[in-house]
Amino acid sequence: MMARTRERLVVVGNGMAGIRTVEELLKRDPDRYDITVFGAEPHVNYNRIMLSPVLAGEKTFDQIVLNDRSWYERNGITLLTGEKVETIDREARTVTSVGGRTVGYDRLLLATGSDPFIIPVPGHGLPGVVTFRDMFDVEAMLRKAADGGRHAVVIGGGLLGLEAANGLAVNGMKVTVIHLMGTIMERQLDEAAGFLLQRELEDRGIDVMTNADTKAVLGDGHVTGVLLKDGREIPADLVVMAVGIRPSTGLAKAAGLAVERGVVVDDHMATSDPAILAVGECVQHRGATYGLVAPLWEMARVCADQLAGRRDSAYAGSVTSTKLKVTGIDVFSAGDFGGGKDCEDIVFRDAARGVYKRIVLKGDRIAGAVLYGDTKDGAWYFQMLREAENVAPLRETLIFGQGFGGQGFGGQGFGGAAANPKAAVAALSDGAEICGCNGVCKGAITRAIADKGLTTLDDVRSHTKASASCGSCTGLVEQLLELTLGDGYQAAAAAKPLCKCTHHPHDDVRRLIVAGELKSIPAVMQALEWKTANGCHVCRPALNYYLLAAWPGEYRDDYQSRFVNERVHANIQKDGTYSVVPRMWGGLTSAKELRAIADVVDKFAIPTVKVTGGQRIDLFGVKKEDLPAVWRDLNDAGMVSGHAYAKGLRTVKTCVGSEWCRFGTQDSTGMGVKLERMTWGTWTPHKVKLAVSGCPRNCAEATIKDFGVVAVDSGWELYVAGNGGMKVRECDFLTKVETEEQVLEYCGAFLQLYREEARYLDRTAPWVERVGLDYVKRRVVEDGEGRRALFARFQFSQMFSQTDPWEERASRGIDSHEFAPLATVG
Amino acid sequence: MKEDITWIEVGRVADIPPAGARVVKTKHGDVAVFRTADDDVFAVRDRCPHAGGPLSQGIVHGARVTCPLHNWVIDLASGEATGPDEGCAGTFPVQVEDGLIRLGLRLGQLAAAS
Ligand SMILES: Cc1cc2nc3c(=O)[nH]c(=O)nc-3n(C[C@H](O)[C@H](O)[C@H](O)COP(=O)(O)OP(=O)(O)OC[C@H]3O[C@@H](n4cnc5c(N)ncnc54)[C@H](O)[C@@H]3O)c2cc1C
Ligand code: SF4
Ligand code: FES
Repeated sequence: MMARTRERLVVVGNGMAGIRTVEELLKRDPDRYDITVFGAEPHVNYNRIMLSPVLAGEKTFDQIVLNDRSWYERNGITLLTGEKVETIDREARTVTSVGGRTVGYDRLLLATGSDPFIIPVPGHGLPGVVTFRDMFDVEAMLRKAADGGRHAVVIGGGLLGLEAANGLAVNGMKVTVIHLMGTIMERQLDEAAGFLLQRELEDRGIDVMTNADTKAVLGDGHVTGVLLKDGREIPADLVVMAVGIRPSTGLAKAAGLAVERGVVVDDHMATSDPAILAVGECVQHRGATYGLVAPLWEMARVCADQLAGRRDSAYAGSVTSTKLKVTGIDVFSAGDFGGGKDCEDIVFRDAARGVYKRIVLKGDRIAGAVLYGDTKDGAWYFQMLREAENVAPLRETLIFGQGFGGQGFGGQGFGGAAANPKAAVAALSDGAEICGCNGVCKGAITRAIADKGLTTLDDVRSHTKASASCGSCTGLVEQLLELTLGDGYQAAAAAKPLCKCTHHPHDDVRRLIVAGELKSIPAVMQALEWKTANGCHVCRPALNYYLLAAWPGEYRDDYQSRFVNERVHANIQKDGTYSVVPRMWGGLTSAKELRAIADVVDKFAIPTVKVTGGQRIDLFGVKKEDLPAVWRDLNDAGMVSGHAYAKGLRTVKTCVGSEWCRFGTQDSTGMGVKLERMTWGTWTPHKVKLAVSGCPRNCAEATIKDFGVVAVDSGWELYVAGNGGMKVRECDFLTKVETEEQVLEYCGAFLQLYREEARYLDRTAPWVERVGLDYVKRRVVEDGEGRRALFARFQFSQMFSQTDPWEERASRGIDSHEFAPLATVG
Repeated sequence: MKEDITWIEVGRVADIPPAGARVVKTKHGDVAVFRTADDDVFAVRDRCPHAGGPLSQGIVHGARVTCPLHNWVIDLASGEATGPDEGCAGTFPVQVEDGLIRLGLRLGQLAAAS
């Protein structure tokens, strides 16, 4: 071989991108350069992404080495480990290491990677606070776990943080993940997938706290805990900061290269100095920086072409995909699912297998994908995404994956096959189980339909038992009817779905929430195989109510799923201002209250004051920002929210009754006050109004109320399901009782039955018309034990609902963000 | 007309509840800054194209908001009404870095809109 004077290539960074570039270069032109590699770490080149399995004890360091020392030797590469380059002299074309070694270059390659970001809270420098970037960090964590460290806190619920958390948990530590956002891995996952992941981690004993902002790391000489902004404190012997990375640019910046967020490179990986190239996480290309390896491979090829003197290739940026490397958890995500005008979601959930898949289409192309529990089609979707393939021809079956149509698709649990349910059901084998509760398979159902001439869902239910228990397979059974009978099947007989996000009707949703012990909105959506990622304005408030009614004291109200009025505890008006109605128990007020109201009206320049049909005073035109202050003044005079905005108890209208009226037979005002004291604050499917009249002249119009009471000489007549609204409906007579205690018990039982069984946004009138007065009488009047049980459940749930929402917001700072602008500009 | 965008820091993502919104008040009208359940951030003029309802007060689902006044559903990325309804609230560019939200304001846009 002809000896030639070789050019000198110096590589700064013995990591993944730098060495990959060298490998690519050796393939192209092995003899061109004398190569020197500086590595700040004391190790040979290893696969950084496998640090997670090393931490989890699934791999040893030796198993993740990419190139051992003999590789460097064989290729004539001078490797200087543990030598950090400190300066670049671009004029002299030399680099100098911290140890003082100077090496000259013709071409210089920067591959310095990233530095973990450390949030500068007090205590961040304490011993026991580590990052997760290199082998040194892994060793520190393993040492802490081995030394009997009990509690670990991982700050940051992204990919890195969760892999660290899993690894530490595997090593026997009690781990808490603190995440600033509402959803873990929010950059890769949507809320639904984030929920499933969080649940899985929690099942493995890892605590996950979302919406948690770190205030300080605590400790004196060594970490002892982490303090959150909301005051919570979590004990910790080890704190891992995994909140993000910063391109490592200090060296380039000091050398005067163009640096923004990263070292700026062109499409040929050249920096602002043509003699200096850069690759990997330290670069910024067309405004983007990367934190995953796939882009590095593409950069390395282009960079190697450059170094080998070929100028024809160019780097055009990368689309990335993510997988979480936690054994036993399959998560995949690619692209973006932020939405847009012509974006459309296809969502598939299979509750039985714990699968959630969401493909976001923009026009006819895949814009993003999230897969949980079944990620085998990730690569397929990703390829179509990257190549911007037109998926219109595949659209109907896209969500079922590449194997659809073949054997890949068989088995159970296709209730959520929303994209083309019919095709999916048609594709099932005869042996596929349709009804899990009663173990009925597809063949048995289609045979019964054909042989016995069944035509309705009820027929199938009574002949095969399919869909007769929990009902979650109802959609499937209907599709089988449709498939078998063709146009002859009229599905219209089935109840209407709650909204377009689901095929379940209201009643099924209610029943399944209780049967499946579903206790959060994401849990309901997954288990009932919702067809959208996070519902809509129709189903979310309904689910929130159903959960609240099913699990009093346990379910945490999802305030963002409430209509604005119930969120801000006032009524929005057409100009965006609010109205405020203080409660006046049984329509009674006092000089003190009236004076306070008058003062509030003056102080806040409230334009309109009106007496309502429900015997209270309504203040119109209050600015949202003023609400807490208005409430505080009303609270100070002893007044609380009148819930005039709520799907809940509104008012108890009363007449004056026996105390003043010459016709009065009983103390109707007193009875009304007692009823209101018992029922206020309750959440119901729709608004509820009560009234009590002191004699059959019925001045309180009690017979057009949801629950009306009319006093007679010998006691109280009870009326239900009246309505004075758009469609006037006179009450039905329920029964007559003797004592005030009975009035309270019957009222509570009736309301509880309504709370437990009516559909959201049904008033009592259409509900009673649907279920029949006889049914209500049976449950509330005839079945004494049942009535007492209903009443007890009502009283139990009231324990958690009788907190004045105004006082919470006016004096205790709850939801304060709701009433103040985020910012004022200009 | 070509106009420069002024980028203004308005707060942190964490200041907005997930699937919620907050208002940025400007001289020329309110801007609703939304955070979706997936933690994406969008900014839309806080006036529904239907009858001016405050979109910031609506229920957020996916990358959409339902106006609290008459249930129009507005796409947050484009500001446009979806379904059969037509109209556009107008959007503003946002940048999010390390949890910090910057709102891109073209002052002319606001002035013209109000
Ligand atoms: C725990 C973990 C798990 C990961 N999992 C995945 C995953 O599943 N999928 C994925 O795609 N990506 C993953 N990544 C990211 C991936 O590892 C990085 O994208 C990749 O390593 C970046 O390569 P790089 O060469 O740019 O930087 P690095 O691999 O960090 O290499 C840079 C090297 O340069 C050295 N250096 C810096 N400055 C100097 C200097 N002045 N002088 C000498 N040497 C210097 C550093 O010490 C370092 O060794 C993971 C990262 C971590 C830490
Ligand atoms: S309902 Fe009877 S008791 Fe009550 S005010 Fe009228 S007349 Fe008097
Ligand atoms: S003002 Fe928004 S829907 Fe009418």
